[in-house]
Amino acid sequence: MIDQLIYSLSWTQPECLLAGLALALAVLGAYLGDRSAGLIAWIAAAGITAAGVLAVMFQTPEPQYVFSGALVIDPFSASMKALMAFAAAVTLLLASDHFSGSSDKRFEFGVLALLSTLGFFVMASSNNLMSLYVGLELQSLAAYVLAAFRRDDARSSEAGLKYFVLGALSSGILLYGASLIYGFTGSLAYDRIVENASSGNVGVIFGLVFLICGLAFKMSAAPFHMWTPDVYDGAPTPVTALFASAPKVAAVALLIRLLYEPFGDLLRSWQQVIIALSVFSLVVGALAALVQTDIKRLMAYSSIANMGFVLMGIAAGGQAGAASALMYLAFYVPATLGAFAIILAMRSASTPLTKIADLAGLAARRPWMAVVLTAVFFSLTGIPPLAGFFGKFYVFRAALEAGLWPLVVFGALATVVGAGYYLWIIKTVWFDQPGPAFDKASGTIMVVAAVMTVLTFPVLVVGLGAVEAWAQAAAAPF
Amino acid sequence: MSSLPLLSIITFLPSFGALLLMAARWASPGANPGLDRGAKYLALVFTTATLVLALIALDQFDPSSAAFQLVEKHQWATWLQYHLGVDGISMALVLLTSALMPICILASWSIEKQVTSYMTLFLILQTTLIGVFASMDIVLFYVFFEGGLIPMFILIGVWGGARRIYAAFKYFLYTLLGSIVMLVALVVMAITANTTSIPDLIAYDFPPALQHWCWLAFFASFAVKMPMWPVHTWLPDAHVEAPTAGSVVLAAILLKLGGYGFLRFSLPMFPDASHYFTPLVFAMSVIAIIYTSLVAFRQTDIKKLIAYSSVAHMGFVTMGIFAGNTQGLQGAMFQMLSHGIISGALFICVGVVYDRMHTREIAFYGGLVNRMPVYAAVFMLFTMGNVGLPGTSGFPGEILTMLGTFQVNPWIAAGACTGVILSAAYALTLYRKVALGPIVNPKLENITDLNTREWIMFVPLVIAALWMGLAPTMTLDFTKAAIEQVAVQYGPAP
Repeated sequence: MIDQLIYSLSWTQPECLLAGLALALAVLGAYLGDRSAGLIAWIAAAGITAAGVLAVMFQTPEPQYVFSGALVIDPFSASMKALMAFAAAVTLLLASDHFSGSSDKRFEFGVLALLSTLGFFVMASSNNLMSLYVGLELQSLAAYVLAAFRRDDARSSEAGLKYFVLGALSSGILLYGASLIYGFTGSLAYDRIVENASSGNVGVIFGLVFLICGLAFKMSAAPFHMWTPDVYDGAPTPVTALFASAPKVAAVALLIRLLYEPFGDLLRSWQQVIIALSVFSLVVGALAALVQTDIKRLMAYSSIANMGFVLMGIAAGGQAGAASALMYLAFYVPATLGAFAIILAMRSASTPLTKIADLAGLAARRPWMAVVLTAVFFSLTGIPPLAGFFGKFYVFRAALEAGLWPLVVFGALATVVGAGYYLWIIKTVWFDQPGPAFDKASGTIMVVAAVMTVLTFPVLVVGLGAVEAWAQAAAAPF
Repeated sequence: MSSLPLLSIITFLPSFGALLLMAARWASPGANPGLDRGAKYLALVFTTATLVLALIALDQFDPSSAAFQLVEKHQWATWLQYHLGVDGISMALVLLTSALMPICILASWSIEKQVTSYMTLFLILQTTLIGVFASMDIVLFYVFFEGGLIPMFILIGVWGGARRIYAAFKYFLYTLLGSIVMLVALVVMAITANTTSIPDLIAYDFPPALQHWCWLAFFASFAVKMPMWPVHTWLPDAHVEAPTAGSVVLAAILLKLGGYGFLRFSLPMFPDASHYFTPLVFAMSVIAIIYTSLVAFRQTDIKKLIAYSSVAHMGFVTMGIFAGNTQGLQGAMFQMLSHGIISGALFICVGVVYDRMHTREIAFYGGLVNRMPVYAAVFMLFTMGNVGLPGTSGFPGEILTMLGTFQVNPWIAAGACTGVILSAAYALTLYRKVALGPIVNPKLENITDLNTREWIMFVPLVIAALWMGLAPTMTLDFTKAAIEQVAVQYGPAP
């Protein structure tokens, strides 16, 4: 018994580190008060980075089942944890910088971000329906509070409440699906489900559809995307940056493992659902974004459209499908974080600005911010040689190999529509007459923005081959 | 054979210059006239150095062989290769690009707004253009092909004329729509043949049904780039609104991407589909030649007139390519090179008077020959080249494409012949209205003739236009081996 526990703990060092650090920092914060907010955010960022490094260091090609099979440690979970830790740590850096000058300087931010990251890690490793739900809720509950972090601000509170109510609804749907699957297969563990699910029992498929709906809500895939624009808009900008990056990766990781491992034999059944979600996301993301005037809302629709492409990769199935979805995410995350770094730098006389029109003529006044925006938005559009193109390329390839050519043609057309609104930002930045002057951006923001810009050139820096190798290693279990 | 990766250096040297310019901009933020002037000279140095390197590459290149030469190959990712190489067709276009770029930089000397950004974008654009022609991997080709959209979009949008935003969006979205369809076809081909190398794909025998779909997808992209009637409408807008050098690059080089694509992909990779769709292309070409010539005749803006005449001349290129025999293909290739020089020069001619008078209205001008005799002579030479007068480079290309087409379909060739007459009508009318007669507009009384910078721009263009016109065999021999190979791969009509 003790041996089992020690064995399990030794394989879950990243999770233990996060949990322990969150508790310790909560005590430290209570003791030191809100003036320690910056310090705690930095410690949390360092802790998350360390957890990501640990996850990579202790990865193993042989899957290790810990805590009686509740969690699994394999190359897939390690790679996803690394990507999520990267995203979460970067958003914490942006946040510490953002909150340090405002009245919302409170130490809870670092603690909540740590707990949320712990939730992501559990999601990436979950190997039964119970740990799936625990990870998801741990992540979500922290996120609800984070969305309402600016508690004196009505819109922030509204965002938190809206997120909570709709999130609770989706959790209910997900639990209902889990209970159906438990009822029809007699187990919560993935390896037992796979034995009983392959028959294609209608009850199992019914439950699976509910599960997918619940997860689609978390990854804000249309038509379960309703919360996204309002929450992105209302939440403090660093929190929005977090929502747009790490939870998406976690939800995709969860979805991939769920669909490919216990329900891998039911590919033909769930593929249609995923294709439908993908099509809806592409349409909603591309069309609704065209009329947005607020850049945070635009990013919300952009993330919906991007999830459409990730779902396209997932729908392809098999190792190639999973690898392509992961590559897409690996290219999506830096571009999104780079965009949010610039959104955070949009401040005039210490007031944050979020209108697209506020970016007018940025190229003439702040050429470097303009270069960053140009790189990240062309990357999100999917124009080569930027990273986003290669993400699309691999997703298209996986989907075409799976014979899903109508979906690919649809995705290609959605790209053109999507280009319309990304170009609108480029146009505002480059072509318009200069608008309000921005305050000097802080060093942290500029460093983050520069690093993210460099990462949108995978050809030159990281090496496309390296990202591909990473994604293929991660997708090896499937 | 040197071991230097010469093609990579030629391709990326301009981008290296762009990086230097960005670093300089970083080091001195804010307005800085010294930096602006330095940026112009730096861009000139880098484009000229690229030209010198391209000439060295020419020295190492053997035009008598149809094989790809100066090949560089590196694994990039499991599926992709960094694979460069040139044959006679692409080498000629690489030379055209690197020769025109220093002239474009000179033509941009009067730019005053955000000069460093402008030069940076121009150098990046050059990398993408040379990369397109030098790529031997289909994905790498697409990366360069599409990557050129970014600098061109910003160049039109920031430094263009009054309706620049509309024009920039139209250009970008039109082209993206065409090429994203090509991307899908390209992935399908790569999956089917399990390779992304262009020579291997040419050797692969695609099933006819797949050929038809892929041909259409590639056609969607190349027809927009070319541009062919009826998807040519982005071109007049983009041309008119772009700054002078932007128009030169658009007309002289970007339009060649479509023709290059047909020669490199459509014909050799999908011969069955190309034969099947030849009547469609012929019809579109003849309509383009006649219709856009008539449209050109009615224009009141000099740039727009030349833009429409470009569409008409590209009609000859598509017609010649799909004639599929050596004469037609050689003529199309020659026409592309010649059009690169002549249309580029004509846009610079417009730029010269635009810099002085800030209008492109035909009605504004008249009698320029009285004040600008040298300019009038140069303008006349290129107008004659545009008409296709024997002795200028415009003639051999047109006559060869018509000769080639006549063997396949005399009626189409007859239709195209009328285009030659129409082109004489609009081009000579334009010349008469702008250059000849007495000076009516008092504002033109003090207009000055060409200055030194403009002399430097025009001299190489004049020499090239006359040399290609008087001694066309040198150019034709250069591309002969590669073109004949395309003709063999395409094969006779079934």
